[in-house]
Amino acid sequence: MIRIGLDVGSTTLKCVVLNEADEVIYSKYERHFSQIAEKTASMLEGILLEFPGEEASLCVSGSAGMGFAEQIGLDFMQEVYATRIAVKKLEPETDVVIELGGEDAKILFVTGAMEVRMNGTCAGGTGAFVDQMSTLLDITPGEMNELSKEHSKIYSIASRCGVFAKSDIQPLLNQGAQKSDISASIFVAVVNQTIAGLAQGRRICGNVLYLGGPLTYLSELRLFFDRALDLSGKCPENSLYFVAIGAALCGGASAVDLAETVEKVRNYSFSGSFKSLSPLFRSEDEYSDFRLRHKSGEPVKTYPLRDGERAYLGIDAGSTTVKLVLLNENDELVWWRYQPNSGNPVPIVRDFLLEVYEKFPNAIIAASAATGYGEEIIKNAFHIDMGVVETIAHFSAAKKFDPKVDFIIDIGGQDIKCFKIRNGAIDNIFLNEACSSGCGSFLQTFAGALGYSIEDFAQMGIFADKPVDLGSRCTVFMNSSVKQAQKDGASIENISAGLSISVVKNALYKVIRVANTESLGKHVVVQGGTFLNDAVLRAFELEIGENVTRPAISGLMGAFGAALYAKNNAPAESSIISAERLGSFRHEVKAINCKGCQNNCCLTLNTFDDGSRFIGGNRCEKPLDIKNSSEKYNLFDYKRELLCSYAPFKGKRETIGIPMGLNMFELYPFWHTFFKALGFGVKTSPESTRRLYYKGQHSIPSDTVCYPAKIIHGHIEALLEDGVDAIFYPCMSYNLDEGISDNHYNCPVVAYYPEVIGANVEALGRTKYIYDYLGLHRRRDFPKKIRAVLEREFGKIPLAEVKKAADLAFEEYYRFLSRIRAKGKEFLAVARSKKIPVIVLCGRPYHLDPEINHGIDKLVCDCGAVLITEDSVSDEVGQFPTTVLNQWTYHARLYAAAKYVADSGDPDLNLVQLVSFGCGVDAITTDEVRKILESKGKIYTQIKIDEITNLGAVKIRLRSLFAAIEQQKREKIDR
Amino acid sequence: MIDNSGRIEFTREMKSKYKILFPNMADFHFRILQKVLQSYGYDIELLTNTDMKVINEGLKHVHNDTCYPALLTIGQLLSALKSGKYDVDRTAVVMSQTGGGCRASNYIHLLRKALKNAGMGQVPVISVNLAGLEKNSGFKISIPILRRCLAALAYGDLLMLLNNQTKPYELNKGESLENTMRWIDFISEKMSQRKAFSQREIKSYFSQIVDSYAAIKVNRVPKVKVGIVGEIYVKYSALANNNLEEFLAEQGCEVMVPGLLGFMYYCLINNIEDINIYGGSKIKRSALKILLGYLGRFETFIIDAVKKVPYFTPPASVGHLKSLVEPVIGIGCKMGEGWLLTAEIMELIEHGYSNVICAQPFGCLPNHIVGKGMIRKIRALCPEANIVPIDYDPGATKVNQENRIKLMLAVAGEKLRDNPAY
Repeated sequence: MIRIGLDVGSTTLKCVVLNEADEVIYSKYERHFSQIAEKTASMLEGILLEFPGEEASLCVSGSAGMGFAEQIGLDFMQEVYATRIAVKKLEPETDVVIELGGEDAKILFVTGAMEVRMNGTCAGGTGAFVDQMSTLLDITPGEMNELSKEHSKIYSIASRCGVFAKSDIQPLLNQGAQKSDISASIFVAVVNQTIAGLAQGRRICGNVLYLGGPLTYLSELRLFFDRALDLSGKCPENSLYFVAIGAALCGGASAVDLAETVEKVRNYSFSGSFKSLSPLFRSEDEYSDFRLRHKSGEPVKTYPLRDGERAYLGIDAGSTTVKLVLLNENDELVWWRYQPNSGNPVPIVRDFLLEVYEKFPNAIIAASAATGYGEEIIKNAFHIDMGVVETIAHFSAAKKFDPKVDFIIDIGGQDIKCFKIRNGAIDNIFLNEACSSGCGSFLQTFAGALGYSIEDFAQMGIFADKPVDLGSRCTVFMNSSVKQAQKDGASIENISAGLSISVVKNALYKVIRVANTESLGKHVVVQGGTFLNDAVLRAFELEIGENVTRPAISGLMGAFGAALYAKNNAPAESSIISAERLGSFRHEVKAINCKGCQNNCCLTLNTFDDGSRFIGGNRCEKPLDIKNSSEKYNLFDYKRELLCSYAPFKGKRETIGIPMGLNMFELYPFWHTFFKALGFGVKTSPESTRRLYYKGQHSIPSDTVCYPAKIIHGHIEALLEDGVDAIFYPCMSYNLDEGISDNHYNCPVVAYYPEVIGANVEALGRTKYIYDYLGLHRRRDFPKKIRAVLEREFGKIPLAEVKKAADLAFEEYYRFLSRIRAKGKEFLAVARSKKIPVIVLCGRPYHLDPEINHGIDKLVCDCGAVLITEDSVSDEVGQFPTTVLNQWTYHARLYAAAKYVADSGDPDLNLVQLVSFGCGVDAITTDEVRKILESKGKIYTQIKIDEITNLGAVKIRLRSLFAAIEQQKREKIDR
Repeated sequence: MIDNSGRIEFTREMKSKYKILFPNMADFHFRILQKVLQSYGYDIELLTNTDMKVINEGLKHVHNDTCYPALLTIGQLLSALKSGKYDVDRTAVVMSQTGGGCRASNYIHLLRKALKNAGMGQVPVISVNLAGLEKNSGFKISIPILRRCLAALAYGDLLMLLNNQTKPYELNKGESLENTMRWIDFISEKMSQRKAFSQREIKSYFSQIVDSYAAIKVNRVPKVKVGIVGEIYVKYSALANNNLEEFLAEQGCEVMVPGLLGFMYYCLINNIEDINIYGGSKIKRSALKILLGYLGRFETFIIDAVKKVPYFTPPASVGHLKSLVEPVIGIGCKMGEGWLLTAEIMELIEHGYSNVICAQPFGCLPNHIVGKGMIRKIRALCPEANIVPIDYDPGATKVNQENRIKLMLAVAGEKLRDNPAY
């Protein structure tokens, strides 16, 4: 009798046949392109032909096989479990298995306490991730593997999910980084993701086995794993088939009728029980009316350019496409180009410009403007006259099509931009946060994965009868929703329509977060390449219940707006590169490390043939060597210096180690003074860096907690290496009461993270770890409580001494706060006297950490603003009614600061809120801060931060904010 | 009446005129609870709508980064109010508010916002809290009502416990559930008459309930025993956890879900522990201890009644839970489900339910600490622990959740085969 094991994965289908001696006598591997039933049937048929008349048992495994195995009544075995069975049989020496599949990542600890770890809902797939990235790079995964062998440096790429990584990679591409370096960086990101997300406190050591497609095919990926784990793992024979082999081994003793099973599988009609939505169009007529209204498919109209007429050039170097338009004096479109950017916009724009000069040899380009992600490099490379922030470019363009426009939504390749227009000014800007970006390109990648072009794929959904309801979450979630739908037998048509609807819902409910769609406005202009797909456009109209305007040049609006902007701000003579110079244009890219500060940013140095240089990847102006004469007013810097002034010291007693993270950013002056007064020594953990984070990442139990919490693990490891006598990191349910809130809690993570550290950092056993529950909010009780803790650990300490130390500590803490307030007010006064705009950068004390804020504070100052913090103004406002329960001390400061800004009536005083990804509390605070600001006509700006190091999107936000403020101010003067 | 923050109070006059809607969570318990409140003159209705509209309303009107329970409860209320079944100008809604440091204390404000956005700002929102947060002259939870509510929860806990321990083994399919529903109707009826909550009645009914389950014909074959802990709403609500209990039953498991009473006691204990840890009024502490003693008897009644039948597993007392968890996490950890969640895992393992599903909303803050954060430590203490944390939210798919659970079950099944007694 033979035993068949069938592994139906998320993207591939694998089967093996074992003989009685458990040897693999047949195996097959193919992609199923979600035609699971058919492919499975033909695969089984192949076995039937190969082994005619043999008795066979059959067992199914794999995430996509669960449903149909149950329905048809075949044996089913969970895939990780099957892997374990196979490993025990074939590689019994193994300690740990690392298996990467299409969308799953798994670590299986075989020896010791058996444990299996699978990626959570948020940690997107890895095989699919590599595929997605290779599509982005426009090479195959195999080529990525080859290229990465030649890498010379590693960029830091966020390792949480594909979307994040993508927004790190895209700017690197735009700045001209080498594909070899990016490929290697992607592999490193996969390695980090697997180790951080799955190991969760258990070290991977001993004999490691690599299984699954990516690890089988990508030798370099294995190498990076080896390097990260400091061992050399093994990729065994049949590494693709372990799940199938395990399934075969588990198979029941009784034989199945193979021929009958083939028929059953083939005839298996999937249940069709997926959640579905109403169709996009009910009839052909409905669709043709729609096409007529939107002039779908009609070519873009162009107008002539007279000889010697002045022309205006706009370039939009977007994340995935490059667009160029040429306008005549009447703002009419003369010529345009639209092309995917394949990673580097420079050669494309060069070709475009060559074409312009060729086609219009007598044209005078009077002004030119660049916009989009690649704005800077394009501006530098081709001496474009000006840059314009994308939002302003789009608004300028939309006004041309509907002067009364009150809402613009642009869904591009990687980003969604929406803005509300009120009184002719940009009133509110929504850019997609890092977690839901990539909607347009997601459609594209998905289409590609299923073997279609994006246009064909989207078009398939037009007449879908039951579009799949895929929800409105980030693309990684959509990925598994699609998997589910496929399992339930949804057709490609219904999946396509479902994805189009999801893109729309994502934009509306995730990015703009409309509570009711009427609030969007009556004059909605939609644009961006994604809306060129009728399915997406239709889904949008249906969702908001309003007909919208899709300009014929919907995909070109950024470039069109840039050209209009260029015209309105035309210089006396354009500096744009001449036709002759363009002919000899050359461009070289080199990766370098900035030595400007401890961030050591990876920079890309672009050198052009005329000797001009452009540096990308910088987080601040430092490497650009711009002599900025004006002084910087950055309260973040001041606070950091102030904290540094509390230097570590040795005492006559034991040395206490304090991890510099979370609430310690505020309470350190307190503990510093307290321990000093008692004769202890104090040592802090070093400044946060990416390396410090990696040092502790193996013990992070929950990969969806915020970055500021995760980095604490690194700080603890550093303190342990330092050999302090005790680590002091108390649990604190309560914070100090500042009298501006209903209660004075810490958030659950700040309050109890010491518990997580205690439960997960193995090495803490080597030292004393003090993480008792302490409360500074009850000043009178505090000395007694802390004394009990200290005496337990260090022996007798008189209460009078503790009391005195506590008094000194409270004094110092309040002095620390009042210094910050005084400095903040000083900065404010300076700003007002010099008429410089002020940004109140709101967040938590720990957002001070440069590794957490990625230098956003510097970016704000580079934009020419004075930066102060929420805690420097929050004391100016007493308690006031809020529409939320105001119960956290740090968050009460946000509301107070917002109130202060709103009530100031000062157009130059504005607020930007920093929000850490995964901060549940900020889901509450952001809406409230927005509400307080908007009640007085202020613009609300939120910046979400994570491990992401790309400041491109942040820059757009800030520039848009400043542009909007300027416009508001202008209009005030006009009125 | 509107107070200075713009809140609409539920006034005494409204009590007689208004219908009050409250979102469902633990179905058995809440059905009985509803009758208690009705017997005090509230025209209260437990919502049972669970269609797609619930999620869609939630997604539309609640910040999508807030936890799934907020989305669902608010979605359920909005969808009911919009259904046309109720006079929106004569309807109020209820939402619980713990006042703890978890963002759940803010659900009520999110609900108000959502109502306003949906054009139903006139609907009064009643906070049910024991922390003295918001007061309504027309809705007061006095100590007698509180005691009766706890009695209702105790009945719910007992029925849930016995139903779970009998159903998987019953010979006649459906008999256990039928018995449970019969009891819920019976107790509900008694509660409407303001009966069934005296000490004597409770003891007597508890005993009868246990006897009725013991009388059900069963075949106790070894089954994989799975415990469910988690964020309170996701743990109990089938709407939130994608019918988790049903799925586990289909997979041939016996399920144990620790009761709701424990949570009530946990909240009370936290007030006492706060004073122990940080200092505070000794008088308040004594008063709280007396209250805890008074309300604490319900669990003793349950334990005593269940103990009678040897093959039923009684729940542990909250005091025992506390002692179980102290080596793992501090009792000061009190936001969300806090130390109770960790304690319940320990208790389940102690009772042989070493396969535990920790159900949580995606991004649940306390669960980073007390759920996922403690698994390693629990495993070190109880190597047999087989714990799987599962995230729930509108975007999470059933296939992923079930796949992870199946993995846990495969390991559990192997252990069961190796050691059927276990």
